[in-house]
Amino acid sequence: MEKVDNKDLEKKFQEKIDQDIKIEPNDWMPDNYRDTLIRQISQHAHSEVVGMLPEGNWITRAPNLRRKAVLLAKVQDEAGHGLYLYSAVETLGADREDTIDDLHSGKAKYSSIFNYPTLTWADMGAIGWLVDGAAIMNQVPLCRCSYGPYARAMVRVCKEESFHQRQGFEVMTKLAAGTPEQKEMAQDALNRFWWPALMMFGPNDADSKHTEQSMKWKIKRHTNDELRQQFVNVTVPQAEMIGLTVPDKDIKWNDSKNGYDFGAINWDEFWQVVGGNGPCNQERVEARRKAKENGSWVVEAAAAFANKRMKKTA
Amino acid sequence: MTIEKKNWPLWEVFIRGKQGLNHKHVGSLRASDSVMAIKNARDVYTRRAEGISIWVVPSNMISASDPCDEESLFEPSQSKVYRHPTFYDVPDGISHM
Repeated sequence: MEKVDNKDLEKKFQEKIDQDIKIEPNDWMPDNYRDTLIRQISQHAHSEVVGMLPEGNWITRAPNLRRKAVLLAKVQDEAGHGLYLYSAVETLGADREDTIDDLHSGKAKYSSIFNYPTLTWADMGAIGWLVDGAAIMNQVPLCRCSYGPYARAMVRVCKEESFHQRQGFEVMTKLAAGTPEQKEMAQDALNRFWWPALMMFGPNDADSKHTEQSMKWKIKRHTNDELRQQFVNVTVPQAEMIGLTVPDKDIKWNDSKNGYDFGAINWDEFWQVVGGNGPCNQERVEARRKAKENGSWVVEAAAAFANKRMKKTA
Repeated sequence: MTIEKKNWPLWEVFIRGKQGLNHKHVGSLRASDSVMAIKNARDVYTRRAEGISIWVVPSNMISASDPCDEESLFEPSQSKVYRHPTFYDVPDGISHM
């Protein structure tokens, strides 16, 4: 057999990336590229799935049938997004159930935003508007990610995500224009979700250990700070428009950078939540673990049924 | 084939967008049998009227060309420009050709 030179393969791989040629599942890729994608895509999938929990909390208590139907459709979409992404991660040779077990054992992370509780109905508005809004900022550039299956999954996700953000903004708009109590509820939700939403973009560029390599591989197209700035720039005027105030006294338009200056993020809180000490970390993982345990008989029964039928027809 | 308890088989999903179009690959999913695969494909891949017909194929039944053979398989067609109509000179004044 011909001896394969890894250096040569790596050079060819990077040339493809530089020319914006997508990498497909059976193509040669460096182990680190594969591992990085398995980590990132599986954690992205976990975020979609865990993200159903804070919103599922309000489905039965939605204020009317329209809101209930919308929230139900949104949560179903999140499940779908998780499934697109688990499929994408399987194309890299990862075992789907193993990646899910990594979530349950605490080895794999998911977006920290979902470790915050949803205390009022207005939180459904804040999540759609801010959390899905921040997710869109992150995901739109991922549609051009160098790995084909991930990029294609993101195209589907982004198309659907835009309804999520709009329905959230609509909830906030209605509440903000409602009774003083309703407006206060909307403002309170904005107060609680604003900073965690900014943290969704991850650590500052100087502290982000994966950014440089991921940009070189075109998995990532913008740095965390660039995306965060973009999010602040578009969201602050939206809040003003509906009469709510972003909870940051340092927010100020800065002509020289054509964007808003904003206050310092509490990174200590971020690392605490990432490290498992957020308000709902245990509850979220526990809910996922129970769902798998309680559903395992269905998985086994369906497999037994299929096996029995195959034997009969064989 | 026996289905293991841990993972249901993987299926590739193909959707026909509307009458007159080919089925097109859209992704994959796991299901215990073909009936469940079609139901799951309906829920996962056609929530927004993306299709009117679904095919599911067990992923392990698909044979694929090897990316390493790309050159030997597809390069020969690159050099045969005479297969394209633009290769030929058509005299001025000739139409319907």
